[in-house]
Amino acid sequence: MFYREAGDFKTSYTDDNQTFPIKFDRYRYYVVLAVAFGIIPFIINDYWANAFLLPFLIYSIAAIGLNILTGYCGQVSLGTGGFMAVGAYACYKLMTSFPDVNIFFHVIAAGGITAIVCAAFGLPSLRIKGFYLAVATLAAQFFLVWLFNKVEWFYNYSASGQINAPERFVFGVPVTGANTDAWATYLFCLVFLTISAIVARNMTRGMQGRKWMAIRDMDIAAEIIGVNPMRAKLSAFAVSGFFIGISGALFFAVYLGAVEVGEVFGIQKSFLVLFMIIIGGLGSIFGSFAGAAFLVLLPVLLKLIGVDLLGWPTDIVAHFNLVIVGALIIVFLIAEPHGIAQLWRVAKEKLRLWPFPH
Amino acid sequence: MPEQLVFAMEVFLNGLMAGVLYALVALGFVLIFKASGIFNYAQGVMALFSALTLVGIMEGQVPFSHIINAVFGTEIHHFGWHVPALLAILITMAVMVLFAWIVQRYIFRHLVGQEPIILFMATIGLAYFLEGVGDLMWGSEIKKLDVGLPQGINDWIDLTTYNIFDYGFFIDNLDIVATVIAALLVAALVIFSQYSKEGRAMRAVADDHQAALSVGVSLNFIWIMVWSVAGFVALVAGIMWGTKSGVQFSLSLIALKALPVLMLGGFTSIPGAIVGGLIIGVGEKLFEFAIGPMVGGATENWFAYVLALIFLVFRPQGLFGEKIIERV
Amino acid sequence: MLDNAEGYVTEDGRKIGGVVMEMKNITLRFGGVVAIKDISFDIRQGEIRAIIGPNGAGKSSMLNVISGFYVPQEGQVLFKGEPRPQMKPYEVAQQGIARTFQNIALFEGMTVLDNVMTGRLNKMNSGLLSQAIWKGKAEREEVENREKAENIIDFLEIQHIRKTPVARLPYGLKKRVELARALVSEPSILLLDEPMAGMNVEEKEDMSRFILDVNDEFGTTIALIEHDMGVVMDLSDRVVVMDYGKKIGDGTPNDIRNNQAVIDAYLGVAHD
Repeated sequence: MFYREAGDFKTSYTDDNQTFPIKFDRYRYYVVLAVAFGIIPFIINDYWANAFLLPFLIYSIAAIGLNILTGYCGQVSLGTGGFMAVGAYACYKLMTSFPDVNIFFHVIAAGGITAIVCAAFGLPSLRIKGFYLAVATLAAQFFLVWLFNKVEWFYNYSASGQINAPERFVFGVPVTGANTDAWATYLFCLVFLTISAIVARNMTRGMQGRKWMAIRDMDIAAEIIGVNPMRAKLSAFAVSGFFIGISGALFFAVYLGAVEVGEVFGIQKSFLVLFMIIIGGLGSIFGSFAGAAFLVLLPVLLKLIGVDLLGWPTDIVAHFNLVIVGALIIVFLIAEPHGIAQLWRVAKEKLRLWPFPH
Repeated sequence: MPEQLVFAMEVFLNGLMAGVLYALVALGFVLIFKASGIFNYAQGVMALFSALTLVGIMEGQVPFSHIINAVFGTEIHHFGWHVPALLAILITMAVMVLFAWIVQRYIFRHLVGQEPIILFMATIGLAYFLEGVGDLMWGSEIKKLDVGLPQGINDWIDLTTYNIFDYGFFIDNLDIVATVIAALLVAALVIFSQYSKEGRAMRAVADDHQAALSVGVSLNFIWIMVWSVAGFVALVAGIMWGTKSGVQFSLSLIALKALPVLMLGGFTSIPGAIVGGLIIGVGEKLFEFAIGPMVGGATENWFAYVLALIFLVFRPQGLFGEKIIERV
Repeated sequence: MLDNAEGYVTEDGRKIGGVVMEMKNITLRFGGVVAIKDISFDIRQGEIRAIIGPNGAGKSSMLNVISGFYVPQEGQVLFKGEPRPQMKPYEVAQQGIARTFQNIALFEGMTVLDNVMTGRLNKMNSGLLSQAIWKGKAEREEVENREKAENIIDFLEIQHIRKTPVARLPYGLKKRVELARALVSEPSILLLDEPMAGMNVEEKEDMSRFILDVNDEFGTTIALIEHDMGVVMDLSDRVVVMDYGKKIGDGTPNDIRNNQAVIDAYLGVAHD
């Protein structure tokens, strides 16, 4: 009875189109923003930043990217790890080649470069569909990892093959390198996430989003009613690549600081982000957040319980992680294929009627 | 004969044999896909799990010993007995049939009618799950597997080729045995699916679930059977690769190698899996031999995929797959 | 029959214009199967043209040829007098040809409103960047086109389900939503593939009324495939009859009613 739309009438199409039509949701959104920007930076510490908040923010961006490609446009991609690597290495090369430009622009440029690469690898989607396409994207995954390993120019000919993020500042505060403060890295990533989420929301709510979904739902009918399939699919790959590239750049520069491509951006990464959007909910921006939070939090919680509480050795806990993630994927696919986002939607529907049962 | 050509021939032969192994793994996939439309990403992990179980049984390991020790503070690891290879293989096969039953009953029965991509993702989940369970049950260190298969360089071939080409081909006995076994298995599977009653029922299910049901075919039975056969194929593959390189995590990555094979051959074709496997096996090795040194090597990581990708662009249904006619 | 360029006025005062679309000697093959064998007919501006025939006659394939989805091996499609170059289906849609499908082809992941709005895609052209920003051009365009979509939604009386996901709708309503999606693009030619299939008498009457209203209010040229003879006789100005890929009749409903070849085809008389 406090979560209702009764009396809240929309008098214009603009109002009807807003992201949070129910007042309660809108206020909740403002509260979340206020806490995220206004409170957390003051109470955050290094442990929580590194264990949860930073990876959550960064993976959310990647999940949004993959969701646009797979959830909204229906093109399954298993190349996310490889594309994140493109973002990371592009950022690295830009940082080391143009040390005077602010890292903010480097990250965005890295996103742009990844968009182009992703669109190029998306070209086969014009001929290959569904499942075969998923396998074709593996070609991108393996090739890109091999490329960044073998071609020495990418890691500036360093002997270790690793790339290291040099120290960079935003408004005088270090956000990369060894001297960063948790609140600074957190805010830097938060800004990118907020802008990404808003942009993704805008694109998916309008005609572009509808074109993507039309291709996903029935690509032949979509073409007959006028959707240009090449433009729609390639734009999905490009936009998706943009977000994934930003995520990869942040993952390298801000979160890890140093990266060896085979370990960090291998196929396990591609599966991880895919699981995030499955568990979170395909075709939902909120789902991208939910899935990222879930899969980042799970190993942290398991470690807290298994190692700290029960005293088990870490490798057993790691194996348990695999077992639980695998089981959860299956459970979600059977019981709720639309993920946490759907559970959330159903909960809200019930809440709208509360305290009445139906 | 020019030296490079002789080397190339050796590479070619080794490629052929690698190809046969790929084909064997790919077959497991084709069987399940034909019968249920599921692409079983977990096939590779099934190979790993079956190999782990085989070694565990042969060595008399206590399952889940790691956890038991951690929780109860005990130090048990082995029962103290050793099981002969043949018996262990039979027991492992029984385990795989049990696994097939569990998978069918608790997972795929609930996913009937879902889109292929959902089914595929379920098998990825299954792969993770099974890997974790395998590690918890038997431990994740590399294990040596020896069921009595001959290993080491084949002296007869070495000597004969030396006499002809002045260069002794290095062909491993194990690879020869693997090729023979794989070829036999493939032949057996083809005969089974084409000529036996169950095989026919399986093909009926692959075509149309409803129609098969209406003539009295039990879908559940067929699916359990198919997963069991896939489990058997996984076990054979696990034994072969495990003997060669030890039983370890990388075994599960065979699944990834089977994918380009299937892309080339078409997902629903048994001859396609074989031909695709051979093409990829030979192609990979020859490419690495010829071009690898120029680009820093390790091209085998991606060559199969790129080859399959290029092929698919021109022929989306694969070599032997059914042509897809779109209707509105 | 009539001179191509001339229009005429029907008994009840509707204006029919000159020939807007013409099929000339169309032959369509799928491997060894000949779906359409040397068929020619025309469609006039503003008329309601029915395409009928027993199952498997090739009617849907003919619509697919008009949509540009199938490319005939022989023959030509003329649009407004000019031979139409080989085009992709989406380019054909851009020319103002909209259609519905035999087995409903709605986008099941979206709501009714979103489905109808997809019909407006050729009228909206804000680029990726404007859409990313949303405020300003993209939002304005969305609101303008939303109004057009709402007009059609009113017209077809589906306001009450506009936010319902399409997957939840019963068959009859789905067909109406599909019609809305086709109409909202303000097409010059509307192709309807069995719009009455699976409907009861009341639903058929509603749908017939909508079709007539569309033709009346917007002057849209309509080509429809239909099995219900009563509907065909009542609604259409002219009829083409197909059987086994060949044309066996072409004329007004009265002509067709008395055509022996047509009667034979429907009654199943053996022929070669």
